[in-house]
Amino acid sequence: MRPAEAPYETKPATAPTPTAGVAVTCERVHKRFGGETVLDNVSFNLGQGSFTSLVGPSGCGKTTLLRIIAGLETPDHGRISLTGPPGSRASESAGRQSLAVVFQQANLFPWKSVWRNVAFGLELAKVDPATIERSVANALALVGLTGTEKKRPYQLSGGMQQRVGIARALAPDPSVLLMDEPFASVDAQTREELHDELLAIWERTKKSVLFVTHSIDEAIVLSDEIAVMGVHPGRILERFAVEMPRPRTEETTRLHPQFAELRHSIRELLVRDALDAPAVAAR
Amino acid sequence: MRASPQLRLKTAIAPDNSEGVPVDALLPRARSAAREKIAKWSVRLSVLAMFFVAWQIYAGHVNTILLVSPSAIASEFGHMVSDGELGAALVESLSVLAAGFGIALITAVPLGLVWARYKVVDWAIQPFVSAIFSTPLIALVPLYVLWLGFGFLAKMAIVGSFAFFPLLLNTYQGAISVDPAFRDVARAFHATEGQTWRHVVLPSCVPFIAAGINISIGHALTGLIISEFYTNAAGLGGIVLQSSDTFRTARMFVPIIVIMGLGITLMAATRWLKRVLAPWAER
Ligand SMILES: Nc1ncnc2c1ncn2[C@@H]1O[C@H](COP(=O)(O)OP(=O)(O)O)[C@@H](O)[C@H]1O
Ligand SMILES: [Mg+2]
Repeated sequence: MRPAEAPYETKPATAPTPTAGVAVTCERVHKRFGGETVLDNVSFNLGQGSFTSLVGPSGCGKTTLLRIIAGLETPDHGRISLTGPPGSRASESAGRQSLAVVFQQANLFPWKSVWRNVAFGLELAKVDPATIERSVANALALVGLTGTEKKRPYQLSGGMQQRVGIARALAPDPSVLLMDEPFASVDAQTREELHDELLAIWERTKKSVLFVTHSIDEAIVLSDEIAVMGVHPGRILERFAVEMPRPRTEETTRLHPQFAELRHSIRELLVRDALDAPAVAAR
Repeated sequence: MRASPQLRLKTAIAPDNSEGVPVDALLPRARSAAREKIAKWSVRLSVLAMFFVAWQIYAGHVNTILLVSPSAIASEFGHMVSDGELGAALVESLSVLAAGFGIALITAVPLGLVWARYKVVDWAIQPFVSAIFSTPLIALVPLYVLWLGFGFLAKMAIVGSFAFFPLLLNTYQGAISVDPAFRDVARAFHATEGQTWRHVVLPSCVPFIAAGINISIGHALTGLIISEFYTNAAGLGGIVLQSSDTFRTARMFVPIIVIMGLGITLMAATRWLKRVLAPWAER
């Protein structure tokens, strides 16, 4: 699907690459908080099996859009549709079941052990104990935390807590993973490690991922596609395809010629949008 | 979540999730903390010793009706233990305390939860709660005696009402102040309301209820002594009352000391209980 060779053009993609269908569709999603329009008719889709990042400045509505998709917030108007994995004629509600969220703060329950935190979604869904046992073990192995089952979240470092948060989301084997700046509050070195781990996890699971971040670099390193959001009002400015070969690591990606090129284009786009923003909104 | 100096230092050396070796024994900070602890207890014990010596000397110069020496109290203590009087009074008082406190616990906690859950209950009981909360409960004691007589039942009711409000208010507070981020996690995993209560709300309440128990034990002890003063003058409070009526001051001090010991022990026990039940809520 992706050209393995140069030229590494940055192609603004007007429509999502219709490779393997669509996992999540947002149609003309509109959201106001108080008098302020936070999302202005945002239409967006997440390709099946694609790792897509949503990049934009702080306060542009990334979290709001993710929360609307997750069903944690209702849009004023607009529609979200979720498509199950190909072949499964999943209903809307079954679609919701196959979403999982990783939050900016890991939000692990301090009264539960690591194991119970990871098992949370499965226990709620009343999955049989043997399957829970297996799925939790797999999820913990995937994030490299085998052996920490009995620990409490507050006994772990920030990076490890975030890994548990990822394991908790992966354990019920969702088809779509929504991640809201999951690495924003860990230190830089840990963040790089987590990038490599997430890249490896994605290689193994091939989930459809919507990854929210304000870091252009992070978006390029991780994604197949980047949707750039502008602010005041929040809307999608442009989409970029990232065509660097996988499997990737933080380092190989940063050394790739397309990295600097993409980074430059996205930054320019965001600067232009910030300058264009109406003075009233900029305040 | 404990932000101890050791922990901060550890992260400064290895800004990651690497397994750090606890090095507190090697740290100058830790050594001086141990020294400070020794100093603290030396000061405490010597002031306590000075207090008793001064008391002993001073008591030799005043009327034994007004003040008796610590040694006279100690010898009276010995007599009252050996003839079984003190033991019997302690059992009598403890059973009133346990029954009254137990009833408060099993009524206040569920009521606090229901109050937090249903707006209509909130509307209904607010006036009662504010009225009773702002009334000194001791004003109601004669009423209990009138209704329930001079026996166990009245005393239990008095202790129960003294213990009730801190438990009720703390439980309510715990249930309404659940971290919204935890509620989001439950919703993102499609928890039903029952599941949200079981996995999120109730555990969040535990440290609040434990704190409520701690406060309410103190109130219950006050209620206990008042109830014994106003009813059949039995138990530890009864001995205080009888001895003061007959000017037997040494005898009066013995139950007072037992009540002090009881208070200190129960407070320590509830703090321990909180640490065990809600270790995450420790600073
Ligand atoms: N629950 C809310 N109530 C009021 N305003 C909100 C709420 N959530 C977000 N906002 C506002 O919406 C805007 C977008 O917020 P958010 O989606 O969190 O942005 P981002 O995640 O891109 O930083 C901000 O101006 C924020 O103050
Ligand atoms: Mg955000």
